[in-house]
Amino acid sequence: MDIKAKVTEIIIEELGVEAGEVTIEASFIEDLGADSLDTVELIMKFEEEFDIDIADEEAEKLTTVGKAIEYLEKQLS
Amino acid sequence: MSIKYYAKISGTGMYVPDKVLTNFDLEKIVDTTDEWIKTRTGMSERHLASEDQAASDLAYEASLKAIESARIRAKDIDMIIVATISGDYAFPSTACILQQKLGLKGFPAFDVSAGCTGWVYAANIAKQFIENGIAKHILVIGVEILTKITNWKDRGTCVLFGDGAGATVISRAKERDISRFIDSELAADGTQHELLIQKAGGSRLPATKETVKENLHTVYMEGNKIFKNAVRSMYNACEIVLKRNQLDVHSIDWLITHQANLRIIQALGKKLKINENKVIINIEKYANTSSATIPMALDEAIRSKKIRHGDIVLLASFGAGLTSGSLLIRI
Repeated sequence: MDIKAKVTEIIIEELGVEAGEVTIEASFIEDLGADSLDTVELIMKFEEEFDIDIADEEAEKLTTVGKAIEYLEKQLS
Repeated sequence: MSIKYYAKISGTGMYVPDKVLTNFDLEKIVDTTDEWIKTRTGMSERHLASEDQAASDLAYEASLKAIESARIRAKDIDMIIVATISGDYAFPSTACILQQKLGLKGFPAFDVSAGCTGWVYAANIAKQFIENGIAKHILVIGVEILTKITNWKDRGTCVLFGDGAGATVISRAKERDISRFIDSELAADGTQHELLIQKAGGSRLPATKETVKENLHTVYMEGNKIFKNAVRSMYNACEIVLKRNQLDVHSIDWLITHQANLRIIQALGKKLKINENKVIINIEKYANTSSATIPMALDEAIRSKKIRHGDIVLLASFGAGLTSGSLLIRI
């Protein structure tokens, strides 16, 4: 499974942003216009799509696209 | 347990105080905007109790309407259960004060503390007392005046709450009656009790000058963490009753969830795959009235003839504890 592609797809759908905006460095809140509930909804979507549990303490650290991909790749490897 | 009788909702009523506080009014009190509140919560305005109004006053007004709509007399009531976390006093129970206000005495009256899930818990308890034949007409109320235990300096929470009361009469159904409680499910996860809490005023941290100064007698909430719990726990409670009764979501006429946040309601609706026209929402007018949201929404929907006799309604709630629960009812 191409985790990066799937994560990008989820972010585009959940946050209503353009593919070009979803760069590795992009911060969900600062760059992609997410509010604090959007980030929770995004984490819930990751949990559903990848069938894993992300603890709140971990979820708080996933502030950028890159951090989310890195975390999910590690969990799913 | 063998069921002797079925329980049904025979009457509903609601009451909100006259004073309305809009998002624009809030802009003048704390650093917030109408747009911020609307996009994150779906709320536009809320009602506020006056200084001389306590929970039992709101409960009394709602009760009179529920008793009238049940076509019974107050003296036919043989039990009162009030779900509240903002009762008149720490003790005695608000249910006992309401009993006096209604000019009644002699039968059991007590409060239930399950946060915003309070009315669902209370209705479930009432259901048991009807089904085993002990009671015939139980007054079950969700009432809160959370705005009096709100930290008005915390912009993250003070915009969320409103005051109100929702009352229901839960009665013994006649044998040929199609109206009845079909099923119910309650749950709690005490490991999460610190996410939503009024820290001081109990035996853990009795009232002192310091507790008052530090605002520990007001609602403390970690909203983001509760969001996920709320969606998951309500989804589970709904799935359990649907499965147990071999129903799928299409057989449900209406879904009423606790009105805490529009986005929680939408997330749950999406997860359940229910048609959004079947989801009853009134959060824009009343904000989060805690244990009162479900009986208030139920009363509005029945009075506006949205919900009709024979409709199957799924109710789901979650709240401090963290508690959660669902009820499947044919109206």
